[in-house]
Amino acid sequence: MADNFTKSVARNIFFGGSFFFFLVLVGLVFDTTRKLPERDHRENITEAVVLGKKVWEDNNCIGCHTIMGEGAYFAPELGNVYERRGPAFIKAWIQAMPTNAPGRRQMPQFNLSEEELDAMVAFLKWTNEIDDANWPPNIEG
Amino acid sequence: MQYQSQAVAKPYFIAAIGLFLGQIIFGLIMGLQYIVGDFLFPAIPFNVARMVHTNLLIVWLLFGFMGASYFLVPEESERELYSPKLALVLFWIFLVAGVLTIVGYLAVPYATLAEITGNDLLPTMGREFLEMPTITKVGIVIVCLGFLFNIGMTILMGRKTVISMILILGLVGLAVFFLFSFYNPHNLVLDKLFWWWVVHLWVEGVWELILGAILAFILIKVTGVDREVIEKWLYVVIAMVLISGLLGTGHHYYWIGAPEYWQWIGSVFSALEPVPFFMMTVFAFTMVNRRRRQHPNRAATLWALGCSVMAFLGAGVWGFLHTLSPVNYYTHGSQLTAAHGHMAFYGAYAMIVLAIISYAMPILNGRKEANSHRSQVIEMWGFWLMTVSMVLITLALTGAGIVQVWLQRYSESPQSFMVVQDQVTLFYWFREAAGVSFLIGLLCYIASFFVGKNDAEATVPGLAD
Repeated sequence: MADNFTKSVARNIFFGGSFFFFLVLVGLVFDTTRKLPERDHRENITEAVVLGKKVWEDNNCIGCHTIMGEGAYFAPELGNVYERRGPAFIKAWIQAMPTNAPGRRQMPQFNLSEEELDAMVAFLKWTNEIDDANWPPNIEG
Repeated sequence: MQYQSQAVAKPYFIAAIGLFLGQIIFGLIMGLQYIVGDFLFPAIPFNVARMVHTNLLIVWLLFGFMGASYFLVPEESERELYSPKLALVLFWIFLVAGVLTIVGYLAVPYATLAEITGNDLLPTMGREFLEMPTITKVGIVIVCLGFLFNIGMTILMGRKTVISMILILGLVGLAVFFLFSFYNPHNLVLDKLFWWWVVHLWVEGVWELILGAILAFILIKVTGVDREVIEKWLYVVIAMVLISGLLGTGHHYYWIGAPEYWQWIGSVFSALEPVPFFMMTVFAFTMVNRRRRQHPNRAATLWALGCSVMAFLGAGVWGFLHTLSPVNYYTHGSQLTAAHGHMAFYGAYAMIVLAIISYAMPILNGRKEANSHRSQVIEMWGFWLMTVSMVLITLALTGAGIVQVWLQRYSESPQSFMVVQDQVTLFYWFREAAGVSFLIGLLCYIASFFVGKNDAEATVPGLAD
């Protein structure tokens, strides 16, 4: 390695490079937050959607499922389940769990109220409508 | 050991190994649930086993980083730790809080845990890797602040080396980015955007600074290569980490509702993320090849070299395989993700913690430099069994992932998730078998702390004492 590439030069590249790219990241994320409203339809985040997200979190649905591809890989993708199955199926499925089919992966019974079930459907519908660059590739998720 | 207060590292290391064992047991439970879907249902549903597995991973690595810091900072700073008592108090607080949280996951339904811990006051639960109650998160912040204060004062009042400065920079970054776990907006897109400020900027950001600093410390000790050389390499490596990894965050922004320019920015910058890992591998091997001495702790040297290779393969290569957005469009959220995640975490972070324990524990136990020959041999058996098993786990999940992507995502007539999962069961059997051999490796590793405990210290043949 060249003799003029000293430890100080390396140190300066580290501090300078990191600081620069951190600023760019902050700038781009700020720009992203400004562009999000045209993509996330946040005007449709009703109280039901808010409650639905809370139910989603309180029952740790992401512990088995993915949503927009993020989460656990034990159970199906739910970001587009509203489109794949529809609101009635979603409610009926949650209410009917567990299947107790021998050897099949099991989903617990969460004892959700009618309001919570409707909220979950609203949350999944809103999620389905986010402009996420056409992901997933098909209806199966 | 050079400084008496380094002794506080020992309980941290012991806790780390104990929690690691717990993590693997729950990993095996989940691996079996992938095949026998109702195994342990409803007592331990899959999501509960998963949160125990992932949270134990994070906590044992944190115990490992803290133990590493308590061991190496006094030595680097050339003074005793500022407050050994504080270190021990924080140890017990962290351990008890951690155990209670795990017990909480297992003892009550998650929604109940959310209710009884007052999650509604400031809801932060229910997100991946951040399942712990809000009060546990507050506890983590307090423990981290105390830890940073202790280490910070030690460095401030002693010799400031590049290694200790980069270590504490990484640790401060860890603490700062963890604060984003308290931000949980109603808008799922914003939620995801900033969730990655914890996860990506941790494991593909500041944690790599911690990794680099610990690796550099071990290499100085076992090779005797000049500090100036090693510290320069360290700066180069971490410069590449942040230059690639900061905008590399964009590879998590492809499909969550963010603008499409992230597909370009994320692809280009994250494609560079393997570079620092490749440099670390070349760095580690070059230093060992140019060593000025043969160190009697061959196991620690093996862990350090192995860590650099596995981190490069798991984080670098497997990460690269699915990082470009046209590829990721099809592979996002598949078993390929799990394949990468396992090898990356093991190679980079599990192995560096095991490496520093391998280096430090003999000294903490009163040895001059290394354990006995018998201890090291069984430790190295543990290294090979765990490392080869992890490669096999990763290959199994890669196979499952390729088939899954082909049948469920890429096909003109895609099959449903559950139908596809049925078809990759053979890969899950293979993964579980490799998981069992991983556990055997871990048991060998644990045995190495007991076998040959009273034998004479290993020496380098042909050299006088």
